[in-house]
Amino acid sequence: MGMGLLIDATRCIGCGACSSACKEQNKLPAKVEEVLTAYTWTTVQEREGLNVRRLCMHCEVPTCASVCPVAALKKTPEGPVVYDSERCMGCRYCMMACPYEIPKYQWDRPVPVIGKCIMCAGRVKDGQPTACAAACPAEATTFGKKEDLIWEARTRIRSKPGAYVDHIYGLAETGGTSVLMISNVPFEKLGMKTNLPSDPPAQRTWQVLSNIPNFVGVWGAFLFGVHWITARRDDVAKAEHHTNGRGDRS
Amino acid sequence: MNSTATLASRRFRPGFWTAVFVVTFLAFAIVTVLRFTKGLGAVTNLSDQFPWGLWIGFDLLCGVGLAAGAFTLTAIVHLFNLKRFEPIVRPTLLTGFLGYGFVIVALLLDLGQPWRIWHAMVYWNPHSVMFEVAWCVMLYTTVLALEFSPIVFERFGLHAPARLIHKFITPLVVLGVILSTLHQSSLGTVYLIVPSKLHSLWYSPLLPLHFYISAIGAGIGMVILESYLSKRAFGRHLEMDLLEPLARGMVVALGIYGLMRIQAIYRNHAFGTLLDFGYEGRMFLLEFVMGVILPVVLMSFRRLRSNPDWLVGGAFLAVMGFVMNRLNVSITGMEAASGIRYIPSAMEIIVSVGLVATGMAVFAFAVRNLRIFPEGPVTESQVPEEGA
Ligand code: SF4
Ligand code: SF4
Ligand code: SF4
Repeated sequence: MGMGLLIDATRCIGCGACSSACKEQNKLPAKVEEVLTAYTWTTVQEREGLNVRRLCMHCEVPTCASVCPVAALKKTPEGPVVYDSERCMGCRYCMMACPYEIPKYQWDRPVPVIGKCIMCAGRVKDGQPTACAAACPAEATTFGKKEDLIWEARTRIRSKPGAYVDHIYGLAETGGTSVLMISNVPFEKLGMKTNLPSDPPAQRTWQVLSNIPNFVGVWGAFLFGVHWITARRDDVAKAEHHTNGRGDRS
Repeated sequence: MNSTATLASRRFRPGFWTAVFVVTFLAFAIVTVLRFTKGLGAVTNLSDQFPWGLWIGFDLLCGVGLAAGAFTLTAIVHLFNLKRFEPIVRPTLLTGFLGYGFVIVALLLDLGQPWRIWHAMVYWNPHSVMFEVAWCVMLYTTVLALEFSPIVFERFGLHAPARLIHKFITPLVVLGVILSTLHQSSLGTVYLIVPSKLHSLWYSPLLPLHFYISAIGAGIGMVILESYLSKRAFGRHLEMDLLEPLARGMVVALGIYGLMRIQAIYRNHAFGTLLDFGYEGRMFLLEFVMGVILPVVLMSFRRLRSNPDWLVGGAFLAVMGFVMNRLNVSITGMEAASGIRYIPSAMEIIVSVGLVATGMAVFAFAVRNLRIFPEGPVTESQVPEEGA
């Protein structure tokens, strides 16, 4: 199942330590912008009196990775969905397709690349927590094995009835994500997407794409067949009438 | 030779049109320079909320659609063996070629790093529709070039290669039809992945089929339009005996497509969105009533189909309906989910207009120099001198 992050909106104090730590860890320009951009990979936004972190959800079946024509985005076994800027050709299909609207673009550069949270893939691989989790003073962002985090989230929700909405955001959404969120305010009020299908969107295109080989075979055979029949009919007609037609071929 | 006389008298005034073309092309060149020095943000109204705009919606989606006439007609003539349509195959091949030219130029401008376009050939991701699109662009452009090449060969008296292509015309046409089917539909598949973003008036699991069938309808419409435009520009006669049955085919394609769209909206329970007559509802009605229902109804009457003015009107509506549909899917239908209203910048529009202008200029050039129409090229040798 890999590693993940549990974000508890009820605990977040809005200090912004995660955003700053992310900037430092990933060598991004220091200024923390208000919304996600190619240069700010995580933000803390105030909604309904809560502080809500925004960052890549690290989907189990990432839509972004499925649409990338050059496989620049990839899900690693440890959990992070990483990005290879050397491969990316900038079609921006990942931005279009991501149900959480996470990948952002360097619109101001002549040689632009995508920017998004990569769940500190290097650190995670070395067994360290993500920079944001390590920096969080309130344990609002916790790093750990995803199964442990699910268990932890369930315990928090159950142990204090009424203190949380009974929903772990990210458990089912788009086939599950490595980042999980819990809150005491319904998620749609926090600006989170709640109209998401529980099956990964990537399945819908794969159903079509995986049928292409069959399609090519059947359609090709059909077209050749049509040609064979009509050409044969033509030959027969020609032999009977012995006329030349227009014979206009070059 | 009546035709050469009219050819001479109705030619473009080169002065005026050349000037228009040069100005458009210069503007286009300036935008291109800005695009590659200042970045996409400086020339377009694209943003993180709205990463695909006019260049994808119009230049790419509609450019590919332009080529639908080519595969439809090559199939009719070479596979279904309806040889009488042969005289209009060549202009459709030329248009198809120009359509793919649009697509390639649009891609080169729109991709963040177009010099990496070859990455799609090396780093495979068969799960990506965009990967399929990239391969279809490459392969079908090649097939179109091969199908078109005899026209160029014959111009230079190279009969051997022309004959060679002719030998392989059937597999080539089959390949072209397969690739086109894949490509036209794959542009619809591109939007399958955004069920939570694309408005329910346009989203459907059958989007690939919608795109495919509407492209056939509009492709035929484009053939009719083109014949009419070349008549205006070069004084050719309209092949009514060929265009009338084609219009019938257009009615069938658009009719099937219209029913599929209605079924999709019914399935999405989206008729309600029409009643409150909001932004999306109005755009949908404009697209569907003007671009599908009206041409289907009008062109169902034999009397109207056989009248050149009505025929051209019907074809025009179908083509406009197609363009509106592609813009609605790629822009209107995506706006609500993005939370912003996208209006293309002047520079984005300049590029699209520049492409259309270039397309028309290349078409005119080809018609003058190659045997695109059955009566032969409209060349200086045939036309009494009148500037160039
Ligand atoms: S949230 Fe978006 S960017 Fe992040 S892994 Fe999922 S699809 Fe990709
Ligand atoms: S913009 Fe880059 S990372 Fe995103 S889908 Fe296109 S090639 Fe892949
Ligand atoms: S996981 Fe790493 S990259 Fe992602 S927001 Fe936290 S610090 Fe930034």
